[in-house]
Formats: sequence, structure tokens, C-alpha cells
Amino acid sequence: MTPTGASPIAVSALDARSITRWTLASRIAVAVALPLVVAIAFGPAYLSANVIDKLTTLFIYILLAVTWNALAGYGGLISIGQQGFFGLGAYATVRLADAGLTPYPALFVGAGLIALFAYLISFPMLRLRNGELGIGLWVLAELMHLIVNLDSLVQGETGTSLIALNAFSIEARRAYTYWAALGAVAGLIILLFILLRGPVGTAIQAIRDNEEAAASVGVRVKSTRRLIFVVASLGAALAGALWLASATTFQPKAYFGVQWTAYMIFMVLVGGLGTFEGAIVGAVIFFLIEAWFGAFGVWYLIGLGTTALVFALFVPKGLWGLISSKFDLQLLPLGYRVALPSLGRSNR
Amino acid sequence: MADTLMELGARPATGALLQAAGLSKRFGGLQVLSDVEFSLRPGEAVGIVGPNGAGKTTFLSVLVGAHAPSTGSIRFAGEDITALPAPERCRRGLVRTHQIPRPFSGMTIFENVLTAAANGGGLNGAAAGERALAALEASGMLSLSNRKAETLGLLDRKRLELARALATGPSVLLLDEIGGGLTDAEADELVAIIRRVRSRGVAIIWIEHIVHVLLQVAERLICMDGGRIIADGAPEAVMRHPAVIKAYLGGGVQ
Ligand SMILES: Nc1ncnc2c1ncn2[C@@H]1O[C@H](COP(=O)(O)OP(=O)(O)OP(=O)(O)O)[C@@H](O)[C@H]1O
Ligand SMILES: [Mg+2]
Repeated sequence: MTPTGASPIAVSALDARSITRWTLASRIAVAVALPLVVAIAFGPAYLSANVIDKLTTLFIYILLAVTWNALAGYGGLISIGQQGFFGLGAYATVRLADAGLTPYPALFVGAGLIALFAYLISFPMLRLRNGELGIGLWVLAELMHLIVNLDSLVQGETGTSLIALNAFSIEARRAYTYWAALGAVAGLIILLFILLRGPVGTAIQAIRDNEEAAASVGVRVKSTRRLIFVVASLGAALAGALWLASATTFQPKAYFGVQWTAYMIFMVLVGGLGTFEGAIVGAVIFFLIEAWFGAFGVWYLIGLGTTALVFALFVPKGLWGLISSKFDLQLLPLGYRVALPSLGRSNR
Repeated sequence: MADTLMELGARPATGALLQAAGLSKRFGGLQVLSDVEFSLRPGEAVGIVGPNGAGKTTFLSVLVGAHAPSTGSIRFAGEDITALPAPERCRRGLVRTHQIPRPFSGMTIFENVLTAAANGGGLNGAAAGERALAALEASGMLSLSNRKAETLGLLDRKRLELARALATGPSVLLLDEIGGGLTDAEADELVAIIRRVRSRGVAIIWIEHIVHVLLQVAERLICMDGGRIIADGAPEAVMRHPAVIKAYLGGGVQ
């Protein structure tokens, strides 16, 4: 018997050196991104209050888009209940602050607790498949909404606010919230980039493409799914906690509403489902559309819906999908290229 | 069972690498496997034939854990694996290919195979990459490495099934109609590949309707019909067996 792990096949002249991951474009992108993030981090020193608030919102949108994309685009888990974790992230922060924790650490501790909750709830929830899972998570979000409303601190739909923030001056509060949002979005992007680029990334995509085949080649389906689900829920919870920090008021309806998931779907569909860069592009587009057309009320919402539909039908790979296939461009490469001497490098 | 199953020179079960006892499978009211007894020695190559719907694919699925058996037990390398999930069985060296290929369509060929090396093969980083390249080369798919799996035709999808299975580093390779639809030259190539795998000590279970191709690898033949093993032993003896000839509507096996 061949011991498990021994290669049943001969190894040829090709070796791991022929496997490439970074391209020139992606090296440049990362080289530009790093100083850019540093420059953004110093934003409160030179940007107006209005711009700081706007950027904080953008960071939260990116956080939502990137994590929903990891869940749906990479994991094939179409959740329409992420607003549940968004709302719980805000609620946990309110509760922790009420218990005396300083608001800014409370954002992160609260989101961490909700990630733990997501881990526990994933055992029953991830037994559901496809549409059932999506709807099931929505129902769960509604349930969480009702339960949070029962808390006397929240006072039903009247809501409450993060009073503890009053301990900070307006300027300090604005800067801290900005930095917390920037730290959260950068941290989650780095975490997801490392995860999706490593063995978890190929495993979760294999599960998305064919669950049974993934299991048959040794992929641990349940634990891989659970990991992605927990990270995505952590992202939603952080986003909710940050939204609370920038809005200060907590009205359950505004946080547990399904529109949050609709926004996530919009950003990811328009930017490009299943591409890392696409989610970020989608968040920027959504942010701009909201800034320009948000005042048009119902027509704005109809416009969003129509745009998402048009993209789903005619541009299934989203804007980034179009760009990356047209220019063979990947800025945050998660995949692999095998450099085959006889074939050249751009064989796709 | 004793009246239908003829042990035609089958080896004793001692020292078996893979062993199934009293295996049966029902899908709702449909009895697809009935009381299957099977054992495989390390490095052995067994062919499985049988008419459509005989339960061959279901038998493989139960062996690798894609389906739980309704009754019976499975042992692999001295361990009872009946309750073990499919990924864990693969990590122990039991891997199958799918009759209807199941590629990871959104990934490249290389990434498909790398997934198998990293999970079933339990390898990390460069070692996983090397194993994937070797599996691609062994199955003649290296030049397609960077293609998206969704662009492959049926024959290449089948080869991808083989490459993925090889990359897990199996000790038992279960092949399900991997040779259907091949030209003679392609079939010869496939036989050469599988022989090479076998020469490295990997045991093979191969379901195939094209018996003359199968027999270039298999030293032992099993015929299934109606969810039972109706003959098991030396290929010539199995093919001459009355129950086998009857199962093929009197026409015998080609
Ligand atoms: N998941 C399932 N649910 C219900 N019935 C099934 C399932 N899988 C297989 N069957 C039935 O079990 C029987 C045996 O199927 P199986 O695929 O094992 O046969 P096979 O010998 O591989 O046939 P073929 O040569 O056509 O591949 C068939 O009647 C099939 O319809
Ligand atoms: Mg079959």
C-alpha cells in the first residue's frame, strides 16, 4: 500500500517556480495602495469635516460589499439577512457602552461578540441550502429585530443613542469614528485577502462550484463554509457598530432593515460578483450614486433596483469583470497562473 | 446472496485494504444495492461491469462516503470508516472520479487540481503546487493549466476528474466510466496513464462498459446487476459466467 500522501505520480521538470501569482499590475497596485492608505489615515489633519464624514460612510459601504462578496461571490452563500448582524453589531455596542465600556473599544468588542453569535447560529443555519439559507437568514434577522425591540434600554422602535459618545468633542468623535472605520475596512480586506488567497480560497470556491466534488477531493465543506460565514458576519457587525458611531442614534428599524442587504447586493452585482476588486469598485459606485441621486427618494430606489437588474442580466461579471477581462488586469490577485514555457504566460 | 454470487477464484479477504460487508442502499422505495460483499487488496486492480442502473456508481458513492449506506459497514486500512465523512475518507487515500464530471467551473484547471492536492493530499504551499503540476502532467492536462474549467469539453472534463483524483495522493483510485467516448488512441493513452499510476502501488477500481479497455488494467472483474454482485473473479471466468451473460440479455459482454 502506498502510504497516504505519497505521490502516485512522477514529478517532472516543472516545479513550483512555474506558478506565479503576482503580476506587474498587481505589484504596482499594492505599491500605490499602501502609501494611499497612509495618506488617507492622516485625513483628519487636512480634510474638511464633511469629507471625513463622507469617507467614513464609504469605508462602511466597502466593508459591507467586500464581506458580502466573500460570502456570496466566493462562498456561494447568498444571504439576504446580513442586516441582522449589522443591527446586532450596533445593539451590542449600545449594550456594552451602557455597561460602562468606552465606546470605541465597544465597537470592536461588540462586533466580536456578534461574530461569536454567528459562529453558534451557523450550526443550524448552514444546514439550509441555497434559497432556504437566504430566506432563513432574513427570518433570523427579523427575529433578532423583534428581540432587540424587547430590551427596555432600546425602548422598542423609539430607540436610543450612544450617549457615551458625548464624552468626546465633536472633532475627536469624527476623527475616531473615521479611524475606526478605516481600521476595520483595511483589517477586513487584509484578512479576507489572506484567507481567500490561501487554501481557504480555493476550498470555498470549490464548494461554491460543486459541493459534492469538493468533498470528494478532501475539502472540509462545513468548517470552510462556517469560517467564511463568520468572517462575513463579523464584517456586517462591524459595519453596524460603525454606523452607530457615526449616526449616534440607534433605531432598530433603521439597522435591521433589509435595505442593507439590498445595498450589498447592488454593490457586489454592479462591481463584479466573485472578484475582490469588483466589490470595492461597486461600493464606490454606490456611494457616488447615493451622493448624487439620494435626494430623489423613491425614484432613487427604483433607479438602484433597475441598475442592479440590468447588471445581473447583461453584465453578469460586473464592471470589474469587464475591465479585468478586457485588459487582463488583476490588482489583488487571488488566483494562480502556471508559466508554461511552450505556451507563454497569457494563456487563459 | 449465496445463490447469485459466485466467487470465481476471488482472493481471501485477509490483508484487505478496503472491505465492504453487507452493504445495501435504498433511495426511498428503490433498492439500489443489496447485501454487497467486497474486498480489495493493496495495489489490486479491479474492473466493474454491469448493465445500466445496476448500481455501480452508487456502490462507488457509498464507498467514498458521498452516500451513507442503508445497512452494512466499510473498513479501510484497518479502520471502520462507515460513519466517516467523504472528505476524511479522501484524506485517508480513498478517492473517486465522477461519471458525470463535476468540475469547479469558476476556477482554472490548475486551481481545480491544486484544491485536491491541498485538501485531499494535505499538502501546503509549494508542495501542493508541485503535486498539482505532477498530476496535471500525468493526466496530459498541463498545457490547459490556465484555462477556466467551464471552457472544457466533455473529454477534458473527464481527464480533469482524473487529474484531481491523482493530486490527492490516493492509495485507492475509483474510476467511474472515465474512458467512455474515447478514440482507440485516446483509450490507449488512458490505459497507459492508469497503468503508470498502478505501478506506483495505487489500487484501482474501475467501472467501464468497454471491457477490452478495462481488461488491459484489471486483473479481476466484478459484474453487478440489480444492485448485487453477480460474479467476481478472474476476467475470463466472469465473462463466461451464465448470470453475466444473462444480465447482458444473452449477448454477453463485448
Ligand atoms: N440519488 C439518487 N436518488 C434516487 N435514485 C438514484 C440515485 N442515484 C441512483 N439512483 C438510481 O439507482 C439505480 C442505480 O444507479 P447507478 O447510477 O448506481 O447505476 P449504474 O450501474 O452506475 O448505471 P450506469 O451504467 O448507467 O452508470 C438507478 O435506478 C438510478 O436511477
Ligand atoms: Mg454509473
